Amino acid sequence: MLKKLLRSKYFPIIITSVLFVVLFGIGSALFEGFFSLQVFLNLFIDNAYLIVIATGMSMVLILGGIDISVGSVIAMVCMASAAMLRDHVNPYLVMLLMVAVGAAFGFTQGCLIQFFKIQPFIVTLAGLFFARGMTAVINTTSINIKDPTYVAISNAKIPLPGGNYVSPGVVIALVLLAAASLVMTYTKFGRTVYAIGGNEASANLMGLPVGKTKILVYTVNGIYSSIAGIVFSFYMLSGYTRHAVGAEMDAISSSVIGGMSLTGGIGYVPGALFGVLINGTIQTLITFQGTLSSWWAKIVSGLLLCAFIVLQRMILKNKGVGES
Amino acid sequence: MKRFKRSPLFWPTMGLCAVLLFDLIFLPGFFTIQLKNGYLYGRVIDIVNNAATLMILSIGMTLVIATGGTDISVGSILAISGAIVAQMLGPGQTARTPLAVCLLVALAVSAVLGCWNGMLVAVVGVSPMVATLILNVAGRGIAQLITGGQIPTVIYKPFCMIASYVPGMPLPFSVLIVILMFVLAELYTRKTSFGMFVESVGTNATASRYSGINAVMIVFLTYVISGLCAGVGGFITTSIIKAADANNAGYLIEMDAILSVALGGTKMTGGRFSLGASIIGALIIQSLTTTLYAWGVPPQVLPVVKAVVVILICLIQSEEFRGLLGRIGNGERKRAHA
Amino acid sequence: MEAEPILTMAGICKSYPGVRALSNVDFDLMPGEIHALVGENGAGKSTLIKILTGVEKLDSGRITLEGKDILPKSTQDAQKLGIGTVYQEINLCPNLTVAENIFIGKEKTKHGKIDWKSLYADARRTMKGLNLDIDVQKPLNSYSVAVQQMVAIARTLEFSSKVLILDEPTSSLDQNEANKLFEIMRQLRDRGLGILFITHFIDQVYEVSDRITILRNGGLVGHYRTRDLPKVQMVAKMIGKDYSDLVAMDRTARPEQEAAEKPFLRAEKLGRRGDIAPFDLAVGKGEVIGLTGLLGSGRTELAQLLFGIRRADTGRLVLNGKEIKIAKPIDGIRNGFAYCPEDRKAQGVIGELTVRENIIMALQASRGHLKRISRKEQEAIADRYIKALNIKASSQEQLVRNLSGGNQQKVILARWLATDPELLILDEPTRGIDIGAKSEIQKLVRRLAKNDIAILFISSEVDETLRCSTRLVVLRDKKVVGELRGEDMNENRVMRMIAEEVEQP
Repeated sequence: MLKKLLRSKYFPIIITSVLFVVLFGIGSALFEGFFSLQVFLNLFIDNAYLIVIATGMSMVLILGGIDISVGSVIAMVCMASAAMLRDHVNPYLVMLLMVAVGAAFGFTQGCLIQFFKIQPFIVTLAGLFFARGMTAVINTTSINIKDPTYVAISNAKIPLPGGNYVSPGVVIALVLLAAASLVMTYTKFGRTVYAIGGNEASANLMGLPVGKTKILVYTVNGIYSSIAGIVFSFYMLSGYTRHAVGAEMDAISSSVIGGMSLTGGIGYVPGALFGVLINGTIQTLITFQGTLSSWWAKIVSGLLLCAFIVLQRMILKNKGVGES
Repeated sequence: MKRFKRSPLFWPTMGLCAVLLFDLIFLPGFFTIQLKNGYLYGRVIDIVNNAATLMILSIGMTLVIATGGTDISVGSILAISGAIVAQMLGPGQTARTPLAVCLLVALAVSAVLGCWNGMLVAVVGVSPMVATLILNVAGRGIAQLITGGQIPTVIYKPFCMIASYVPGMPLPFSVLIVILMFVLAELYTRKTSFGMFVESVGTNATASRYSGINAVMIVFLTYVISGLCAGVGGFITTSIIKAADANNAGYLIEMDAILSVALGGTKMTGGRFSLGASIIGALIIQSLTTTLYAWGVPPQVLPVVKAVVVILICLIQSEEFRGLLGRIGNGERKRAHA
Repeated sequence: MEAEPILTMAGICKSYPGVRALSNVDFDLMPGEIHALVGENGAGKSTLIKILTGVEKLDSGRITLEGKDILPKSTQDAQKLGIGTVYQEINLCPNLTVAENIFIGKEKTKHGKIDWKSLYADARRTMKGLNLDIDVQKPLNSYSVAVQQMVAIARTLEFSSKVLILDEPTSSLDQNEANKLFEIMRQLRDRGLGILFITHFIDQVYEVSDRITILRNGGLVGHYRTRDLPKVQMVAKMIGKDYSDLVAMDRTARPEQEAAEKPFLRAEKLGRRGDIAPFDLAVGKGEVIGLTGLLGSGRTELAQLLFGIRRADTGRLVLNGKEIKIAKPIDGIRNGFAYCPEDRKAQGVIGELTVRENIIMALQASRGHLKRISRKEQEAIADRYIKALNIKASSQEQLVRNLSGGNQQKVILARWLATDPELLILDEPTRGIDIGAKSEIQKLVRRLAKNDIAILFISSEVDETLRCSTRLVVLRDKKVVGELRGEDMNENRVMRMIAEEVEQP
């Protein structure tokens, strides 16, 4: 029975969702006021940007690549938006421009990776430096966003039954998550991404458009990062050089906890949501507990990451047994 | 001269000279060094002092990269090492624990963390990026756990001297540490066969194994050394700011260390390495920072420059890019011919 | 007379820099036949297939498919024309489902969405057509290699259905699985498909093929009806007698069989499941034992078991009366063994290092990294072997990757001679190197044997093996099937033994 479960392709995502329920259950049992819809919804509100980049990251990881520039892109987008809004540029134009910048950024990274065969880690490391630096080029300190449209979106509460609410950012994040999930399951593009992650050489021999797909994934991830940046600027209403520092690592760890394998080809995009929720729940638990300090969140997150990497290797080994 | 041109130190040195030449021409007074109370002061001295941590990290990083790996946990290990020392010394004028004991404990912990990375990579077979990501994420949490979330300050004199001047020596003490670490590493890699084995495993792991090399042990050791280097880096960083900032000490320094190694000409896929070249790489990064600073450019802009440099180096190393250049060159020659 | 051939190749020539890979080769394939293409390493089989599948361009010659001239430019191009290939290593994506692996790239879509339901249904139908009732919704890597092979065939048939090339499809299958594959091959033949079957298993050639084409050294030996060509003759034609390209060596001067000295090394029922059946082997000083057998017969596996690259799971190894345990290469080296691997590039040379470093590598490894051989000593060792083996390098400090194949091979030989071995295993030491270096290495083998070094000599060229060895061990299908010495050491006997026409002595 356990073996059958271990071999199921949904095993990691099952583990992750069960873990989330257990964590949330622990919180509810221990703390008064934890078990409420709003606490649950706050997980989404506080981590909307993270859901977006974890979704994008998941696609990149399934492809067998990596993108560590996403945190910096968020900072750059926040700062650029803040600067333009200060100069009274139309807020919708700003959003559009930011998405275009993200796309161009991702496209460039994809081309460097595909055409010049430079390792994704190095290319996106340069991307990380570049975007973080550009943030400072725009402004070395911080700019507050006072644009009425942004402020209105920031304060908007989309009501849900029982007096609960979510923010517009959550809706954006969930729409992007759903879109990515559907694309990865139901389109030729999505399946090609899986094929490349499984075995790039084979995918090539099978006549699949490997190069085009790779560049497109990095471009899409660039777009996702820039949208995450827009969502983050709704949330923070400011541009600041140290916004979303280390967010790329949070995104990677959420994706891995959500079942994506760093070797590529394995995982389901919706898993990323659970990865984010688990990290968020740990944080909430620690906040509720009160005496435990916030750094425990990092340590527990690191431990979980470690556990999931070991789990992935176990699954791989199990598959290896199936082969012989 | 001809021999120097073929040496791995040639291009990095040229790079450093280019930056310094720029300074010489455009920044009058850049090279001014003053002697005050028997100590040397000046921008050049600052460069060396501020680059000390990076130079030491680049030693460990060079070995890891030469085996074909990466270690993105060094920043976190550095923070942990600093936190341990600060916590054990205590905030007072006198040390709560003898300095030597503090340093040894911090080094031991750093080595253990290096072992953990090495075990995951070499023994378990996790890809280096992922394996070291674990400590990258959890490490800062551990550092904060040690400091209790505070930023403990250190004013114990002997410790503060690490990044400043010791009576009777005109150069900052950290320079001495860098030299010591470099000499130790150079001795270990070149006076034993460790360096050759690292290059061998990084070039062709299978052939190395077939020749009897214990590749698992070699790779494992590089991560331990990298951990130790990060530990020493933690001392200097903590000594400079006279406090252990678990969140920000050595933040993103792993990226700088990787960049130093790349600037030093070691291939990211592994193989031949030169510790000296990586150290010059670290100096290039620091002099760029100092130059921009002196030029009046905000230091936060520096990452843009770094990014461009990284991509240029990688493009030069990329066969596809050279092929493309070759084709363009050929095309032009043909056109010129016609 | 049968119908027109579905595929013909005429006057195919192909050269690589310095090598004539194919010269004037003709070949034709009938619809509804299984045609075996056989030949030893370097015969030109793979070049021919590469040309046919568009991986390589031919220098001259004509390819016609159903009467029309074709010139495949890429694998996909060949696929579109109707020529599909299934390779030994499976070129599919292990993480995708069976169904996706069959159809990816041409999935049916409904309103822009992949229609998973009909995809699975189609896949089930296809696999049923191949008499395989498996769950097509499971990922490919949950099935055995044999099933994966069938999936690869299914995909190929789905994309192209005139000519099917099977390149060594059975090398990782067991007998049962191979039989199942043959069944499918016959079934496809009966549907009118032309199947080109490449294999090094002679029995399998005779089990399924209708006709045989034999290549040797890039040339065509001939086309034969399988039932008209006895096995032993086929082996003889494959191996051939090839003195022309080798420096003449006096055959009578074969190393005299030194009165079987007491063997210093004994393998007793040593073996490893899936690699090589338990075997006995006694090795004496100064002996040159030729390991012969066709590709995939277990020659390399036997050698690697002795050296410690593979770990034995049964039997024991006795050196000078004492049992030894060999689990990894360093154990082998410390016991005086040395192994020159078959794949020089991937397993032998360390390209970024210098000639000197490559030569002292194994000696240094046996001492551990702390006890470094002094630079002076290193230079002396390197110098000695560069001279002794006539290695052509600009200096000791030249990078090995810049040497020619023959010189690289000599560097690896030097690496092992520097360890002063008692047993030297040479796995295809002369493959892919020029004739001059080839005969130098052959002479060296005999010189070393005179100095009391025992040598295991593995080569696909029977001629070479016969000339160099004092004794032959014959392998077939991952089993040691016999030994030949003295008068019995002739091509005829070897071939009969390989072809399984002689009872085991």
